This record gives sequence, structure tokens and C-alpha cells, in this order.
Amino acid sequence: MTDLERHAYDVVVIGAGGAGLRAAIEAHEQGARTAVVCKSLLGKAHTVMAEGGIAAAMGNVYPEDGWKVHFRDTMRGGKMLNHWRMAQLHAQEAPDRVRELEDWGALFDRTPAGLISQRDFGGHRYARLAHVGDRTGLELIRTLQQRTVALGIDVYMECTVTKVIKQQDGSIQGAFGYRRENGRFVLWQAPSVVLATGGIGKSYKVTSNSWEYTGDGHSLALQAGATLVNMEFVQFHPTGMVWPPSVRGILVTESVRGDGGILKNSNGSRFMFDYIPDYFRKETAETEEEADRWYTDKKNNRRPPELLPRDEVARAINSEVKAGRGSPHGGVFLDIASRHDADYIRKRLPSMYHQFKELAEVDITKEPMEVGPTCHYVMGGVEVDPETAAAKVPGLFAAGEVAGGMHGSNRLGGNSLSDLLVFGRRAGLAAAERARATTVPNVADAVLKEAAGEALAPFERDGGENPYTLHAELQTAMNDLVGIIRVAGEMTEALERIEALKVRAKALTVEGQRPYNPGWHLALDLPHMLRVSECIAKAALEREESRGGHTRDDFPGPREEWGALNVICSADGEDVALTRQPLPVMPPDLAEIFEES
Amino acid sequence: MTATVPAGPNAPGRATIAARTLRTDRWWLQPVTTVTVLVLFIVYSTFRAFENAHFEAGAYLSPFYSPCIATGCEETAFPVLIPGPAFISPALYILVIPLGFRLTCYYYRKAYYRSFWLSPPACAVAEPHSRYTGETRFPLLFQNLHRYFFYVGLLYPVILLYDAAHTVWARDDGGYVGLGTVILVVNALLLAMYSMSCHSCRHLIGGRLVHFSKHPIRYRLWTWVSRENSRHMKWAWISLVVVAAADFYVRLLSTGAFDDPILF
Amino acid sequence: MAYEASLRVWRGDDEGGGLEDFLVEVNEGEVVLDIIHRLQATQAPDLAVRWNCKAGKCGSCSAEINGRPRLMCLTRMGTFDEEEVITITPLRAFPVIRDLVTDVWFNYEKAQSIPPFTPRERDEDGNHRMQQVDVERSQEFRKCIECFLCQDTCHVVRDHEENKPSFAGPRFLMRIAELDMHPLDTLDRRRAAQDDFGLGMCNITKCCTEVCPEGIKITDNALIPMKERVVDRKYVPKTWLGRTIGRRKD
Repeated sequence: MTDLERHAYDVVVIGAGGAGLRAAIEAHEQGARTAVVCKSLLGKAHTVMAEGGIAAAMGNVYPEDGWKVHFRDTMRGGKMLNHWRMAQLHAQEAPDRVRELEDWGALFDRTPAGLISQRDFGGHRYARLAHVGDRTGLELIRTLQQRTVALGIDVYMECTVTKVIKQQDGSIQGAFGYRRENGRFVLWQAPSVVLATGGIGKSYKVTSNSWEYTGDGHSLALQAGATLVNMEFVQFHPTGMVWPPSVRGILVTESVRGDGGILKNSNGSRFMFDYIPDYFRKETAETEEEADRWYTDKKNNRRPPELLPRDEVARAINSEVKAGRGSPHGGVFLDIASRHDADYIRKRLPSMYHQFKELAEVDITKEPMEVGPTCHYVMGGVEVDPETAAAKVPGLFAAGEVAGGMHGSNRLGGNSLSDLLVFGRRAGLAAAERARATTVPNVADAVLKEAAGEALAPFERDGGENPYTLHAELQTAMNDLVGIIRVAGEMTEALERIEALKVRAKALTVEGQRPYNPGWHLALDLPHMLRVSECIAKAALEREESRGGHTRDDFPGPREEWGALNVICSADGEDVALTRQPLPVMPPDLAEIFEES
Repeated sequence: MTATVPAGPNAPGRATIAARTLRTDRWWLQPVTTVTVLVLFIVYSTFRAFENAHFEAGAYLSPFYSPCIATGCEETAFPVLIPGPAFISPALYILVIPLGFRLTCYYYRKAYYRSFWLSPPACAVAEPHSRYTGETRFPLLFQNLHRYFFYVGLLYPVILLYDAAHTVWARDDGGYVGLGTVILVVNALLLAMYSMSCHSCRHLIGGRLVHFSKHPIRYRLWTWVSRENSRHMKWAWISLVVVAAADFYVRLLSTGAFDDPILF
Repeated sequence: MAYEASLRVWRGDDEGGGLEDFLVEVNEGEVVLDIIHRLQATQAPDLAVRWNCKAGKCGSCSAEINGRPRLMCLTRMGTFDEEEVITITPLRAFPVIRDLVTDVWFNYEKAQSIPPFTPRERDEDGNHRMQQVDVERSQEFRKCIECFLCQDTCHVVRDHEENKPSFAGPRFLMRIAELDMHPLDTLDRRRAAQDDFGLGMCNITKCCTEVCPEGIKITDNALIPMKERVVDRKYVPKTWLGRTIGRRKD
């Protein structure tokens, strides 16, 4: 094929967020020729949106913290549906992953002893989030970016991968895509491909996610023959902005609550006290007085209910709004102004101060914020081996949000950034190892022609469907019918709508030329979003219980038989097939940790 | 082949937009104001420096002529170091330091580069020059000597304070505090604030350190200087206007326009 | 509350282009990026624009709005009169790719050329110890979201393409200051700041600070302190006379 740029590498990493860059750094340090392919410019990945911190049981603030406590918190937060081995590796390795960031130039906030400071967050027993004000994600991405540049790793910016190429024997041969800048095709041939593409939020209308979160990694994995796990579990962050409409969904960090912010309804009552589930009753304050004392004396008081895991808080806010006790724009009030003086707020939450001032003309040091749930994170993702992050397809690896299993049914705040680092590194290591022992033959021209033809199809056909319209319809369907509270009837309707959209997507037509054409880009992203939405809706319909990020109005509460089952999605032609799979069983020495408490 | 690159934001490959700026606000207001005030000051101070008269009124000495180290001062508190010809104004010997200090000051540099040299006249407004080398060569390389003007310039607020105090006890009629005394004190204090809030001072007092925590006292001083440094522009303008006003006051007294009111 | 705004958007590529007029609906609370998206969805589906987070955190949607370098996601429509014609162009200091998207490779090239962070050894227990007061200065610079508005507005390269090879621009001179003030970094970066990255080209006219959407005091806290550090290293009489060079870190 002419009109094609060919490259050969040992490891190709798709995605330049925290997981992708960490994987690339590791692969490079293992001696692999490594490339990073990303849809945006380097340093713009969605990781920058993470605000609160990196969870790691370093024990800098509370020496009694350790990996076992972190492991326990993670499993309990995920309602025991996590892959225990991933949760264990994560808790054990996170502190080292944070420390090495300092060797690469990161500057975390400090304790008086000069160590990395750690802050409180929902669901974590001890203050353990290493942070930089409320812009930890930016610090992480910048540190990894600068390290990547210092090592001289090749980065292909503004390139979209449209297909993972496989050999006859089913193993990975490379990735195929195009440069957004000029629309030209590129082939990265490699025996190891690491998916680090992030999440799926752009299938929802109200979301904290950027345009990149189209679930393309999930979808590419499915197409390549890999499986997805836990796709029914989508995390709605309890506090997104609700006003003005154009910023609806943008994240308000959990640190606001960690630093003393409280939730109130329109009656001015601290409603979270009415929503403490039995599961967390023992460790949650019962009175406002006890909750307020906790901020200064954590040893002798229990945590305020505002710091319950995200799924609990999101559901509570949802109920308050539905009961007519919401704020004027359909959220609830998050108040830190009455709790701290203006200087403290500006110092601890500079980005939030800035964000509300710039986007909503609200001064958070003077008035409460209006917040409501927003689609934030997908716990589900590519089913991987905990040690190597390898998917079911030989040569395919997945790390970060695109991988599943680590967070079970609900992710704790702060566990995402540490997940990126721990499993990004493991993926890079295993990918490099595989590449050492594997060579791949050149990709045949016919395969490339086919991939190019698929990508160019929207220019050729004459179906008349507008990608922007289809996208908006999908977002509405997912938001309204497979949102935070679900029932069978609505999800069935969502699946019908998705089927109809799949048909219409075949008639997508784009105008203009190939260079930097956003209509074309969206037309190629839509099939990914549709496929992932189908997985979410089908898996959510299948799981007849409520657990973590999955709440069924028709099946309230968890059910024991489901506590040991994962729902697995795989591709079946153009459809999605489901299977139920038993959860891996935790060894007795780890199971003990849960009996103690 | 020699490619001629046109100045302004229209180099080859960039978006073709003819306008040198698309700004719609009154961006020219700031440079025009700066030029107006600075020109007024330069004209007045040059006139006064060369006037070689009316710089003393009783015990008062104009700040433009202080310290008076040449012949021609009657009431001077300083020794005559330069006995040179009397037609050379005593101001000329000593103004070089405050002049150099202000000329190399980081704030005034911004002000005159923008408003006099139009480099650039305002943000995102194209400058008219076809070449630009910044402060990399003679004479602008000498802007780097700002700190030496700062060192010597630090003496001036002290001298001016001494001058002001001197007016109290050096009077023939036993001493009093007049309005002029207060003006001279204020002038000295403003010059002190302008000097100590300067960027070189901020660097020397602590900015050059890497580990503040090992130098707690210098860190506290640095924090104070940093705060005032953020108001450096304000101190620069106020002290400029007040020094001219103080001189003008002495001139009014000296020409007999009115008598210095006695305060106590 | 909704009204039709008059937009003039630059459309074209490196071969040429011009301002085109559009009428686009505006609703309460919207920002310029919302309007550009509506324009894309309703009238110009192939209008090229770069954006990501739409919350002022990633620094992708840099453009010039009424001639001023701004982030489109942080420019509220409410700041304009309803009758006002709003002109939106790509960044004018960089080569254009298409419409509002420019080629910002210059910045990535400069980032690559800076000698990387070179830390001292860890303490014996495997930790690095630093005090909060020692990290705060560099932390301010690390707030940078790399929107490159400062690079775009800086007249040294905006008006003089020929200076690009010798001048790193405010963002990367600030990066050098960040590393020079970093408690763990061991390199002396002063001479390189002046000789290799063009700090002397900066005439501290503060446009970088004016356009910074993060409110970083680039000139006062990074560039001028760095100039003073360069004086310590290069221009004090002591070093001019070629005598012993002072220790870099205290």
C-alpha cells in the first residue's frame, strides 16, 4: 500500500495517560523499542482531570496504615467483587510506584517531617492519598510525560488506532490507525500491544469524561477476541457540577469533602446521616458533632457519612433530588464556605476555586456549590491476568481504566491513579518480555487495504446519517435508561435503541476532507461507543441485584449468589455475548483480613 | 537562498490574517498613559537638574540635589567632595544612581520597552521592528547590573531621611517640624519601599536559595519582600510622582511662593 | 435568554484561508467552546478544533478570541455584548494545520532539548525529604497546563519567526526555573538558560503572565528570578574576573 506510514516496534502502547506512559517507560527500561500512540497531544490525557490524589499505604501520616488495610478497604469498597490478586498487588506496590515519581521530578505536598503528605478520602480508613493540592492528576501526567521525553521514547501524537491487527494464529501483529492531522494511515507493527485507552464516559450525556473516552480500547479488545469483565459497573461520581448546563458533569473533587465540605439538601439538613448502610455503620459517625470532631481527631471519632464510598453518596444525592429536596438546578448543596476561612479553601482547593469562579461565577469561599452525580469511571474492562495485565489474546495487554477486575463493583477515590502506575508498569514489563521472545512477520497488504477501506467508508457512502445526531441520541439513551438507577424495562428499551442506532451507524456519512476532520473522527468513534454501550446495558440487565456502581430498582440490595459471579462480555459477530463466570477465590490468609473486622 | 521572514505574526505557514492585531479593546491606553507620565517627569526633572537654582529653602534640600557633594549648597550636611566649577549643577553628580536604578529596574524596563520602544506595544499586538535581540547584547546587556544600582541606591533613602531630620534641628529659629519635613520623610519612605521591593532585592535576600527551610530568617524576609514585590509597580509610580512633588515643594518655598506651614 | 451570536471564524489551512461569518445560537452560561461545538454539529461538521477536558485543566483549546490568546473553554459568552461580533482565530505564532488547529511541535521540541531532571540520591530509608516551603516555588510552575498561550503571545517568537531556534519561550524558561529551584535537582542550569535557551531575549514585558489561564506569575516568579540567578553565575564581577565560581546549591 502506498499512502501508508509503516513502523516496527517491540511494544506499542495505545494511550498516553498515566497507565500508557508508565507502561511505555517500563517497556523502554526493559530494552524494548517502544512507541506510544495517543489521540491527543502528549500531556492532555484524561489523567489530568484526576484531582484528589494517589492512594498508597505509605504510612507517612498514619504509621499504622499498611498494604493489608489498603487491600481491605479496596475490596470492601468494591463490595468484594474485585479480583483479589489485583487488589493485593495494587496495595502492595503502590507506595513504591509513588516514590519513584519523585525520582522523576514530581513534587508532592509534604508532611512536617518532609515526607509525602497524605490526605483523607472516601472509603479509605487512613489518610493515604499522596497529593499536590487538588491537581494530582496533572502532576502525575507531567511527571510521566517528562520522563518519557527524557528517555527518548517515540510518541505518535494525535493518532487514532482503528484496528488491532492479528496474525493467522490469533496473536498480535500490530496496530493500524491514522494521523488526525492529515488523515494518513499508519501501521505500527509489534508483537506486543498495550491498551491504555481509558474509559467510556462519552456514551453518557452527563459525564466528567473528555471526548477521548469513547471506549475504543474496550471495543478494540472485543474485536480482537478478548473478553470484558464487570461492564455493568459504571461509577457515577457523586459530585459533578450541575450549573450552568454547558459544564454539567464536570468533576468537583472528593477532596472538598475530605477537607471538611458537607452535603446539604434544600432544607439545609445534612442528609447523608439518613443514608448510612449497615455495611459501613460501624465505621461511620452517627451525629454531626462526632463527624465534625473527626476532622481534627481521627483516632477517637468515626468518619463523616459524606466520606462513604462514591456509590453510596451518589445514590443518596439522587434520592434527595427525586424527593424534591434538591437545589434550584437539580443537585444538592456542597458547602465548604461555612466550614473554613477563605484562605484555607484557596490554599487546599485552588483548582476548585478557579473552576467555579471561571465556569459558574460562584465563589466557593462564600457560597455553597451545587452538585449532582456524573458518569465518571467504568470499573469494568478487559479481563486480564493480574500479574502481567495480559488479555486473552496473546500479545494484547491492558492497563488502567480500560482493564477490569481491580475495582470490583465500585472504585475508591485515589485508587485509580495508583492502579495506573501499578498495572501500567506490569503491563509494560510483560509486554517487553513477550517481545523479546517473539518476532512478527510483515502485515500483508490485503489486511491493510481492508483496514483502510473500513476507516474510509464514511466518506464513500451516501446514507445521510449525521454522526453528531447519532452520538447525542446514544448519550440520551444511556443517560436516561442505563444510568445510576436501573430497571429491566428501561434497559431493554435502551438495547432496542442501541440496535436501531447500530443499523443507522452503517449509514453514517461525513463531509469534507481527511485532514483534521472531526466529523470523520466521530463517525469512527461511534461504533466503539455503541459496542461498549451494548456491553453495559446487557451486563446490567443480566445482573439481577444491586451492588456497588450497579443499582437495580427492581432488585434492591445485593444477593449472595451474585457475589461470586462475574459477567463476561465477548464479541459474537456484530453483537455482544454474555457468560457468567465464577469469581476467583481468595486464599485463606487474605480472607482472614476480613474476618477480623 | 535567503528567505526574508516578515516581522509580525505573518510568517509562512501561519494562518493568513492581515491585521497586525485583532484586539478590539483599547490596548493603546496603557502605553499612551505611560509615555505621558514618564515624559512629563523627564522634562520636569531634567529642567530641575540643570536649573542649578532654587534647590534649597532654609533647611530644606530638594531630593534631586541630595546628597549635595559639590559646591553651591549653603546648608549642606555633606562634605564638599567635588569642588568643581559652580556652573555645573550639583544634581548632575548624584542623580546618576537613582536614574540608573530606575532605568535598569525590571518594572520600568517593561514600561518603556512597551510604551517607548513598542516591543511590543501590548500583548498580541505586533511590534514594528524587523529584528529583535532582547537584552542579549550591548547596551541592553547592562540591564543585568541592576543589583549594583540597588546596592548603592539603598543609601539614598537613608540620606533623604537624614535630610528630613536635619531640617528639624538645623533651623536658625530653634527647630520645628514643618509640612516640608513631612513631605521629605514620606518621600524617603516611598523610595525605601520602591528599593526594597525590587526584584534584585528579592533575589539577594532569599530568592537565590534552594532550601528556604535551612534559612528561616532569610525565608521570612523573602516572604515579606515577595509580598511588596508584587506591588513593585505601584511603589515605582508613587515614589516617582512624590519625588517630583517634593522637589516642586522645595522650589515653591525657595522662590518665595509661600511659607512652609509649621506643624509643631 | 437564548440569542444568535455573530461569529467570525478563521477557516483554512497552510495554503491560505480567511475569516468566515456565522450566526450561532447561544444559551445561558455557555462558553466559546460550546458555541464552536454547536457550529460543528449544525453548520460546519468538518470545522477543525482541538479540545479535551472542557474544564480548563488540559490546555488544549487555545485560540485567539477578539485578538487575545485565550482558552475557549474558559471564555464565557456572557463577557461579550449580544451584538458584538466575536472573532476566533487559531494561535498566530504557530503554523496552522486546519481551521483553529495549529502545529505546536515547536513546544515539544523545546521540551525535549532541556536537560532532564537529575535528582540527588534518596535518603537511606528510601525516601526523599523536602520541606513544604522548599517545594512551593516549583509547585507553582508545575500548575502549568501547557496550553502554550504564553508561547503564542510572546513577541520574541510571535513577531520574529527567526528567533525560534534560539529562544525556548516563557513556558520552557519557566521549566528551567522550576528545575533550578527544585530541591532535589543537582544540575546548574544558569549558564544554559542564558546561552542555550535565550533567557536574555526576554524583555520581561509580561505578556506571558497576562495570558496565563492558571494565573502563574511567570515573569515575576520564574523569569526574573532566573535572570537574577544568571547574573550570579555570569555577570557578577567575581566571575567576570574568572575567580572561583560560587557553589550552586546552598
